[in-house]
Amino acid sequence: MIVYILKRLATAIPTLLALVIASYLLMHIAPGSPFSSERGIPPEVLANLNAKYGLDQPLWKQITTYLWNVAVHFDFGPSFVYKDRSVNDIIAQGFPVTLTYGALSFIAAVLVGVTLGVTAAIKRNSWLDYLAVGVSIGAQVLPNFVMAPILMLVFTLTLHWLPGGGWSFSDPRFWIMPVIALSTSYMASIARITRSSMLEVLGSNHIRTARAKGLPNRKIIIRHALKPALLPVISYLGPAFVSMITGSVIIDVYFTTGGIGKSFVDSALNRDYAVMMGVTILLGTLTILFNLVVDIIYGWIDPKIRY
Amino acid sequence: MALLDVKDLNVRFATQEGEVHAVNGVSFALEKGEALGIVGESGSGKSQLAFSILGLLAANGRASGSITFDGGEILNLPEAQLNKIRADRIAMVFQDPMTALNPYMRISDQMAETLIQHKGVSKRDAVAQAVEMLDAVKIPDAKNRVRLFPHEFSGGMRQRVMIAMALLCKPDVLIADEPTTALDVTVQAQIMDLLGELRRDLGMATVLITHDLGVVAGFCERAIVMYGGQVMEQSEIDPLFAQPTHPYTKGLLAALPRLDADSTMIPIRGNPPNMTGAPTGCPFCPRCDFVEDICATHMPPLISFAEGRARACHRVIEEVAA
Amino acid sequence: MVIDQTKMASLAKATSREDVVGRSLWADARRRFFRNRAALLGLGLLIFVVAFALFGNLIAAWNNSDIDYNVMGDAAASAPSIADGHYFGADTLGRDLFARTVQGTQISLLVGVIGSLIAVIVGTVYGAVSGYFGGRIDGFMMRLVDILLAIPYMFVLILLLVIYGRSIGMLFVGVGLISWLEMSRIVRGQTLTLKNREYVEAARAIGVPALTIIRRHILPNLVGVVVVFATLLVPLMILTESFISFLGLGVQEPQTSLGALISEGAGTMSYGTLWQLAFPLFFFIITLFGFYFVGDGLRDALDPKER
Repeated sequence: MIVYILKRLATAIPTLLALVIASYLLMHIAPGSPFSSERGIPPEVLANLNAKYGLDQPLWKQITTYLWNVAVHFDFGPSFVYKDRSVNDIIAQGFPVTLTYGALSFIAAVLVGVTLGVTAAIKRNSWLDYLAVGVSIGAQVLPNFVMAPILMLVFTLTLHWLPGGGWSFSDPRFWIMPVIALSTSYMASIARITRSSMLEVLGSNHIRTARAKGLPNRKIIIRHALKPALLPVISYLGPAFVSMITGSVIIDVYFTTGGIGKSFVDSALNRDYAVMMGVTILLGTLTILFNLVVDIIYGWIDPKIRY
Repeated sequence: MALLDVKDLNVRFATQEGEVHAVNGVSFALEKGEALGIVGESGSGKSQLAFSILGLLAANGRASGSITFDGGEILNLPEAQLNKIRADRIAMVFQDPMTALNPYMRISDQMAETLIQHKGVSKRDAVAQAVEMLDAVKIPDAKNRVRLFPHEFSGGMRQRVMIAMALLCKPDVLIADEPTTALDVTVQAQIMDLLGELRRDLGMATVLITHDLGVVAGFCERAIVMYGGQVMEQSEIDPLFAQPTHPYTKGLLAALPRLDADSTMIPIRGNPPNMTGAPTGCPFCPRCDFVEDICATHMPPLISFAEGRARACHRVIEEVAA
Repeated sequence: MVIDQTKMASLAKATSREDVVGRSLWADARRRFFRNRAALLGLGLLIFVVAFALFGNLIAAWNNSDIDYNVMGDAAASAPSIADGHYFGADTLGRDLFARTVQGTQISLLVGVIGSLIAVIVGTVYGAVSGYFGGRIDGFMMRLVDILLAIPYMFVLILLLVIYGRSIGMLFVGVGLISWLEMSRIVRGQTLTLKNREYVEAARAIGVPALTIIRRHILPNLVGVVVVFATLLVPLMILTESFISFLGLGVQEPQTSLGALISEGAGTMSYGTLWQLAFPLFFFIITLFGFYFVGDGLRDALDPKER
């Protein structure tokens, strides 16, 4: 198991390095300097600016300095647009918000999705199954940017139950719409994957063996069927996580929750490369760490992979 | 009275292509301690017959007729009551030990749960008994290997584990569904020897399901030959081999490889029947060398013609046996 | 909203079994497809959407760029009406929403299809080469895919769009280049199986060049997987494009896409102009449904074991 974890780590680290270097290179080979959009800057000032941000150094030196600062000091450097704020300030402000509703959405999607999928599979062809299948097919075409306006229309504009935006850590009413909007389509996907893999497992030979042992149904499901049925769900969690992080951008923009996604879009519109890179690297790191966790869980469940 | 009595058993499956009639009006009896072989090629319904005894049919399958065990009806019993019989009184060994064992659980856990369920013993005692049983099926170093996962065993060892697991509760009946099909030839013989030994030691009645007449010859006292979900011939072993009375049995014997000189293997021509829809006539008639007009329209009844022997064929014995 | 990898793997297996004769596989598949009601519904929806995109302008009373000053800025007057030719109403600028929806559907379909094509071509070639040559090349190429899969691609895509300008061409390429990874994995697995078949070994033994073998013997066996994957990829591409356009980073005025229209509609719905959200959303949803149902139907037709 330890060897397995070390092996996964050995992939994770070069991935991170590649991510940092690739985003830096992308930024570097972009046409023009980050400051060229500010028209009428005299060349001396531009040179000064470049010097201040270290952009006059040779490329390899820029990258190593950046890598060093990021890896050792967790310092993403100054913003290119806001003169008095560092990238770290901007991230520190929005990240807790994103993390809160993101984690809630993820947990909701997994718990509800798995429960729905398992129930649908066990009660195959019952009204519950049809309901679960119907809901999950419908929710597939309701991604976060469609869910968000619909929720807003229903709960804020029509029913006036929930605030139409903003964020408060102490008032869960602000959390409800972001979490529903972000989690629905993943909930649906997880339910679908769980249902079909559960059905497949329930039809497999080793479940017949378990039945031949005279075990009650509940035990068969919990002890024998659940683990293998969850394997495809677990592999889906990695991509789902990435896609949810991406979806948080929509949530932040639409519900003005003040999360990190808003900073990313703003920096994209302002060409604030430093912030874009900071956010990309932070979220990339999260993704890679998460995939590592997923791999470890997978290895823990499937003994064939572990060694 | 017979220990296990199957009467007019039918098994049907609802599928996209129509209703599949897997087993059609099969009857047989199994006495205490007896070894009965059920022989037929793949698709003859023999496995589904076995599954229906323990209520293990797939969700789209339905069984009708009657199966009594130890005097009580067990066909289509509620799950809760079937669970008391399964493994404890009637146990089963499956065809493919690779997929029939749970790949995600240690052998110790898979074996212990049967004992915990039926005998209410503690986990520790259950594992100890499991180790004993693994010893009995001659798995070396059972004490340590009980902690392993199925994929860490070889095919033959896995089937030994499967057999040990089925025998844990010392059942009255063991149903072995093609126990050696997935194994190497040399391992096949070892497993059959082991099964025979255990059967004698435990005094279990055994139903051996196989496509291999040779295996039946060495193991069983009596055999049923099935084709297209129906019984073709039923007999004690020796007369069955000495004088087969059904064209299909004859064909099976001719297709058997033999060691004695200048006899060649003669395969049965044609393909197994399509089981969709209700059967009309004898299922074997498209492939039969002795076919008559009546065969295509009327299924011959299974008629007893000698002590312990019965056959289902329109042609008279002398014509077929000659 | 991610293509179910287990099902794709099962499909791959089903379409390359040795006993499957090419012609009967497709004939059977066609028969099963046309018996599948959901697939037929999907096909109907797709035909409708494509016809709308192609011929919608013939029945539109207005051009998509003309401004109707009679209704501009007047929420009540810009409601849908047959009388003034705004069948779907008008947007906030007084442009005809019917013509705009036709235009948005065209662009969304185009992005979806072209993006999916790029992804499928790149993925197939990459996967086939990696699987066919095997060994170190394979190890390196697949490690690269692992690394790329762990990157939150949407952020990189936005980075690209910001750096290189928000052109439609960039969108096509960007959207396509992020989805070939999974395709390449499936194709690689397939190729590994196929290359050990006797006829491939025979071809190699008589000295047929590798690329010819890939083209003549490997790729034809991949058609089923590729077609299903491509069909299921189109809605994902449309979703991605809509996502970016919803943020205002994708298709730029005067061009539009369904995502951009949904974004506009969502922004103005508090003024009671619900049709500005409803019509683009309707076409968005039926397009997605259409592709999903047809893709699922094709897969089930080629891999009937599922049922």
